[in-house]
Amino acid sequence: MINLQEVIETNKMIEQEHLDVRTITMGISLLDCADKELTVTCEKIYSKITTLARHLVQTGEDISKEFGIPVVNKRISITPISLVGSSCCRTPGDYVQIAKTLDRAAKDVGVNFLGGYSAIVSKGMSKSDELLIRSIPKALACTERICSSINVGSTKTGINMDAVRLMGDIIKQTAEETQHADSLGCAKLVVLCNAPDDNPFMAGAFHGVSEADAIINVGVSGPGVVKHALEQMDKKQWNSGDGQLANFEVLCETIKRTAFKITRVGQLVAQEASRRLGIPFGIIDLSLAPTPAIGDSVADILKCIGVEHPGAPGTTAALALLNDQVKKGGVMASSYVGGLSGAFIPVSEDQGMIDAVEAGALTLEKLEAMTCVCSVGLDMIAIPGDTPATTIAGIIADESAIGMINQKTTAVRIIPVVGKTVGDTVEFGGLLGYAPVMPVNTFSSQRFVDRGGRIPAPIHSFKN
Amino acid sequence: MTRAIITVVGKDTVGIIAKVCTYLADNQINILDISQTIVQEYFNMMMIVDLTKSVKPFSEISDELGKIGEDTGVQVKCQLEDIFDKMHRI
Repeated sequence: MINLQEVIETNKMIEQEHLDVRTITMGISLLDCADKELTVTCEKIYSKITTLARHLVQTGEDISKEFGIPVVNKRISITPISLVGSSCCRTPGDYVQIAKTLDRAAKDVGVNFLGGYSAIVSKGMSKSDELLIRSIPKALACTERICSSINVGSTKTGINMDAVRLMGDIIKQTAEETQHADSLGCAKLVVLCNAPDDNPFMAGAFHGVSEADAIINVGVSGPGVVKHALEQMDKKQWNSGDGQLANFEVLCETIKRTAFKITRVGQLVAQEASRRLGIPFGIIDLSLAPTPAIGDSVADILKCIGVEHPGAPGTTAALALLNDQVKKGGVMASSYVGGLSGAFIPVSEDQGMIDAVEAGALTLEKLEAMTCVCSVGLDMIAIPGDTPATTIAGIIADESAIGMINQKTTAVRIIPVVGKTVGDTVEFGGLLGYAPVMPVNTFSSQRFVDRGGRIPAPIHSFKN
Repeated sequence: MTRAIITVVGKDTVGIIAKVCTYLADNQINILDISQTIVQEYFNMMMIVDLTKSVKPFSEISDELGKIGEDTGVQVKCQLEDIFDKMHRI
């Protein structure tokens, strides 16, 4: 039988260390909603989403109450819309109509984000993919809850540089369309390489074509819990009197144990949500996702591991071991693991990362190195509004190359904030936090990104 | 059997266990186990209870127990046992 100490430990994690289930995301296939007529497609989309997800928010809240664990977000991911709208959308404006329908459906079922305003163009862009991409700035400006993602490359196909170049422009236009809100639209737009089909986290969530009609995916989180466990570990070691810090063996074991416990809660919530909604359980995304709340920070874990600020030499190694131990501990706790699974290192959503940037410890280049070993990529980074589109395309190309060569998901979610420059701060609000504008290398990438065409898929032998 | 864990955390107060137990008895909720300890001057108590015969829905019980806690100046939580079981047992 459960004892009092165990109960106290669990409740302390929830109440003091920010343990929560970050999201229950319902993946919904909209492939059967495609029609030749735009209005019919929109009607079918609205009807399918509001039917399948009508109990999603209530179920999340019930589970939260009964188990005493916060379920922070209830969200929806859908089939990439470029597939659904391909036979009825003839202009970017037609796609904007679908975006508005999706936004209305999201509002009506009460979810805070709906992801999947997406296109998969890792090898080539169809006409409908391009129309969707060109509609993104308007779509994100006139909707509130829609998230968009574009997959521009993969290890199997290489990188579609035409799409990379186009996304440089699209990110700039999105920033301009939403300049009244500090270019907030860009916080809902992510460019990916090797995007997973079952990611529950925004802004990159979509319901891939390899998935069933509907599915429940859950993202867990708990950087605060890991941080606390590491603090306790060092305290215990210190009290033992030998004056040494815990070594890497003890450190890694501590992270693994903690990740196991966090993930078990996610597994429980996922199975409950799946049972109550009558929709199959897909995967658990084993992630350490920070929030702007004090103590809910991945950067703080890196500091506990031993770097003064993220960005100091040793940071990449610390992040690599953290990411790996989270997976090792989490995998055994869940029957199915997927999504992005790893430590997220967004800047604006993590107070410790913001502090590191403000202290001058963390640069865009170091963040890029960190993305080689963490779960995603350059995330929630504000850059000067006058950064050229070609430079943004260059950043996307670099990040995609890291993903392509290392067979991992990488992403770019950067915000060229119109009218702001290095030294300014941008306030996004809520879970998106705030960010200091970071400097970008000012040398040109134009000739590189203007070449057009594709970077071929990499060789899978002679690994060095 | 639906089992839940009720925890009471706060400054030690006269009659708090009595109040919670009376509520449980009134609602046909059977207590299977009780333990308590003091952590950093705070009174921590947990009860493992069986909700099978309870007529009220879980959320109502949870709210009412929370209210009893508020009135007495302590925190009373009621959670399904599974969350602790999953986390601490393989």
